[in-house]
Amino acid sequence: MEVRDLFESLEYGPAPESPDEAKKWLQDRDNTLDHFIAGQWTVPQSGEYFPSHNPANGDLLAVVADGDEADVNRAVAAAADALEGWVAMGGHGRARYLYAMARHLQKNSRLFTVMESLDNGKPVRESRDIDIPLVARHFYHHAGWAQLMQEQMPGFRPIGVVGQIIPWNFPLLMLAWKVAPALAMGNTVVLKPAEYTSATAALFADMCREIGLPRGVFNLVLGDRKAGEALTQHPEIGKLAFTGSTEVGRILRKATAGTGKKLTLELGGKSPFIAFEDSDLDSVVEGLVDAIWFNQGQVCCAGSRLLVQESVAERLHEKIRKRMDTLVLGDPLDKGIDIGALVDPVQLKNIRSLVDRGVEEGGQLWQPDGPLPEKGSYYPPTLITGVQPSASLAQEEIFGPVLVSMTFRTPSEAVALANNSRYGLAASIWTENINLALDIAPKLKAGSVWINCSNVFDAAAGFGGYRESGFGREGGKEGLYEYVKPFWESRLSKEPVQQLPRFAPVDPEPGHEAPAIDRTAKLYIGGRQVRPDGGYSNAAFDSTGCVIAEIPAGNRKDIRNAVEAARAAESWTSATAHNRAQVLYYIAENLAARDAEFRGRIRSLSGKDEAGAQAELDLCIRRIYHYAAMCDKYDGRIHATPFRNVTLAMKEPLGVIGIVAPEEAGLLGFISTVMPAISMGNRVVVVPSEHYALLATDFYQVLDTSDLPGGVVNIVTGDQDVLAEVLAKHYDLEGMWYWGNRSGSRMVEREAAATMKRTWVNYGLYHDWEDNEQGQSLSFLRKATEIKNIWIPYGE
Amino acid sequence: MTQIILDDMTAPSKTNVHSIADRGGHDKRNPGMEFDPDLFGKIRINRSAVERRAATIGTRRTVKKTWQAAWLLRAVTCIDLTTLAGDDTPGRVRRLCQKAMRPVRADILDALGVADLGITTAAVCVYHNLIETAVDELKGSGIPVAAVSTGFPAGQIPLKLKLAQISESVSAGATEIDIVISRGRVLTGDWKGLFDEVKSFRKACGDAHLKTILATGELGTLSNVAKASWVCMMAGADFIKTSTGKESVNATLPYSLVMVRAIRDFQELTGYRIGYKPAGGISKAKDALNYLFLIKEELGKQWIDPALFRFGASSLLGDIERQLEHHVTGSYSAQHRHPAG
Repeated sequence: MEVRDLFESLEYGPAPESPDEAKKWLQDRDNTLDHFIAGQWTVPQSGEYFPSHNPANGDLLAVVADGDEADVNRAVAAAADALEGWVAMGGHGRARYLYAMARHLQKNSRLFTVMESLDNGKPVRESRDIDIPLVARHFYHHAGWAQLMQEQMPGFRPIGVVGQIIPWNFPLLMLAWKVAPALAMGNTVVLKPAEYTSATAALFADMCREIGLPRGVFNLVLGDRKAGEALTQHPEIGKLAFTGSTEVGRILRKATAGTGKKLTLELGGKSPFIAFEDSDLDSVVEGLVDAIWFNQGQVCCAGSRLLVQESVAERLHEKIRKRMDTLVLGDPLDKGIDIGALVDPVQLKNIRSLVDRGVEEGGQLWQPDGPLPEKGSYYPPTLITGVQPSASLAQEEIFGPVLVSMTFRTPSEAVALANNSRYGLAASIWTENINLALDIAPKLKAGSVWINCSNVFDAAAGFGGYRESGFGREGGKEGLYEYVKPFWESRLSKEPVQQLPRFAPVDPEPGHEAPAIDRTAKLYIGGRQVRPDGGYSNAAFDSTGCVIAEIPAGNRKDIRNAVEAARAAESWTSATAHNRAQVLYYIAENLAARDAEFRGRIRSLSGKDEAGAQAELDLCIRRIYHYAAMCDKYDGRIHATPFRNVTLAMKEPLGVIGIVAPEEAGLLGFISTVMPAISMGNRVVVVPSEHYALLATDFYQVLDTSDLPGGVVNIVTGDQDVLAEVLAKHYDLEGMWYWGNRSGSRMVEREAAATMKRTWVNYGLYHDWEDNEQGQSLSFLRKATEIKNIWIPYGE
Repeated sequence: MTQIILDDMTAPSKTNVHSIADRGGHDKRNPGMEFDPDLFGKIRINRSAVERRAATIGTRRTVKKTWQAAWLLRAVTCIDLTTLAGDDTPGRVRRLCQKAMRPVRADILDALGVADLGITTAAVCVYHNLIETAVDELKGSGIPVAAVSTGFPAGQIPLKLKLAQISESVSAGATEIDIVISRGRVLTGDWKGLFDEVKSFRKACGDAHLKTILATGELGTLSNVAKASWVCMMAGADFIKTSTGKESVNATLPYSLVMVRAIRDFQELTGYRIGYKPAGGISKAKDALNYLFLIKEELGKQWIDPALFRFGASSLLGDIERQLEHHVTGSYSAQHRHPAG
């Protein structure tokens, strides 16, 4: 090309980033990537390797160790060996290593950048300007948390060996999100990267070697599903963290159910991108470029579902199409491209078939003209308009550069459409009206809400989903709790601490006088006392074995009705914290007003003496006061993210929680589990202790007189095992707490996999409900809430 | 290198009924239009989003080697070579005019193979008192003389004096008039007043082209920048220009993004292409390239032409010369190797 021609044509021309250094690094290792275990490059025990290709041209990049159970066992053993020393090193010692990682990453940033693009196919601009800087930032930030752990995380200890399985779309960034907090909190790690993308993980392992990280603190097992499964099932793993598809997440939820392994899942999404008519449309278009034409759309939180107000839809679509014309697609190592290669031909095939189906279903396809590179996995940027919420394109995650668009008329319709999804990972809101933005943001089921921006991330802010997008948060202080355990958890007992009375049922003495007026205990659903659907009752015994009443035997339909009532009681969630506090105080007041009655009931059912009954009731009232007080004090944070914005980490109630109260703990168990949940604005369906059910049914009369809106607390008495399963399988619960037995705990976690509801189970261990750590710690509030990060850039 | 540039497509898309390729464009001069506040009254610009986009202009696009040399030469042809100082003298202006006619050393142009392209800067831009000197010095070169006007830079003089100044400058031989708008009218929301004023400037210009300087750094908000752009275009501006070079903040990519988007919307509405001139603070070749990328991305290649795009700059040329010499020799250049302007 001559200068004079280019002077006329003003083409951009090629601007290739050299792959030489990255290739040399691979060649120095004979283009072979091995495991990194106990500080050593380790060949797979099976001797097997599989090929990994450059998706931009299909060339072989390296062969990768095909890890299996034997390799995982070695890695976990190494991590276990390293644990004691790593913990003993203390926060400052660990901070020094994390700091060294951050520095080392920066000093070798170009090598990491190029390797990432070679391996994954993402534009080198993105690796260079987004992935790698965020990786370094993550290590810096968490070096800080390591330093501060003792002071900022009192009462918590490391979990131990954690297993981490990461995806191929942000290979090194996902490694950083997993490894940095885990190491900072004193855990040791076995990480398995995705089979398509092992290179930067190997580079990271090499860096750990170079900075002298103690052996076994970070272990890398390469491989496919086999290695992942082995890691998941390894009994010495205390925690499993996974980012990937909802399908695999579900498998992991089931596989770890009942094992006591902590689990975080960061899964798929179909995130809404809402453009209101008063938004800056040209900026909206660029927001969409960031949302869906970032990393070829292979982003779990991609803004793939455009919801645009009908009044500006045509105009916006036209602007989007024009912008799509200027997107440059090509070699990921070229510095002037916007869209690189998809990670693998499999991915290309998936996208094609989903788009074909969408077009068959009536969507109107628009793609810019122009040939695609002949080699490599490329798919053009795509806009599909006229998509209805019922279309598969509107529901299913495409994981490609495909934007689907639909319209709405009003803010409330926008919210309804946005939330009309099984997922809940992220959302983007575009409006110049702060009233509108701050009204909509809390209403969206999404862990990250970006106002007038999209796909912004930072180590100081949590990231993670609602619904089938998974649970757990990565980043920010909220992310640290995923890698620690409270000390009190290790003090839980294998035997019940509070004892149920032992008795053999005895028949009542035939009466000589007129009996007391028969009091009928009922279910309490939607603020009304209702008879059980099945028309059966179970006997209620006092502590001596005498039948003193009958308790309704609730069934699945009663649970259904109770969940519906709880779902409808939305006003409790939107009530102010101050209002909720007032109601809780009032509950305490009314309980105190009936103390004689409750003391009598406690004595009768538990066999406690007067002093014991008084003590339990006093503790119940104190606990209600505690949560009343916490209503407006367990509040959010503002994260210090490094650009001009306010990042609100808002604590939100889960929604509707099913609670199976501890059988042995009477009124105290009921209060200790229900009050934290409702104090945060949740509505609950509670299955009370079977033996102490009368205390729960007595208690609804207290609720009735305390201005608690109907449907906030729903009480379904009956067989805990049966009802727990109905709750666990219910699709319309956001959470489930269970204090039963081991097998029930496993059942709850396994069944939760269908909708990814948040579970909290006791694995058959017992709290001491009279102990304030085990019976009313902040853990209860943490479990009752989820953190939503709302990003609000400002500046006029 | 497998690279596909997805813009500049001439064939209508098979799947797109709203092809943009055939969207009409007038090459005629913008005659202006009726004042219509509905067209701009509701504009809201999101500053953070604009800044984010602006920040990636130079990271998403780059030109290397031969391409870079070609783009830099193109940049040279878009420069309004400017001197606007109290100590400007005829001697200073003659020197500048000579530089405008021969902006790049002949041996460099030879080596680039473009000696016959007749590369000059787009114009020379001076104060009124230096117009005649410049016109005289540039005689026969075809390079127009632009004059800053209407009480530049603050514009705080009576309207009749502004109009008189434009007429005088046109009489003196300026064919381009860079006026300053009354910032007060923007800041007080007197859009109609601004429209009337600019319209009267346009009338006073006659055949001379009107560049309206918004003084973006003094308008307070990006939304005001967008609105002022619209009002000036409605009133018949040929160019909209960011700054006088005398404000504390002059041309920036975010201001530019807002203004060129207004230009794009105006063209879509009326068919008229309005020119764009960032001025002040653009002194590096790399900065200049970023502006050109922005123009190509947002408005299209056809806008990178002296008829539709100018840099208001004084020291930019020197840096471009050094970069061009580096391209030719492979060695980094030095300022003293290039003739002063």
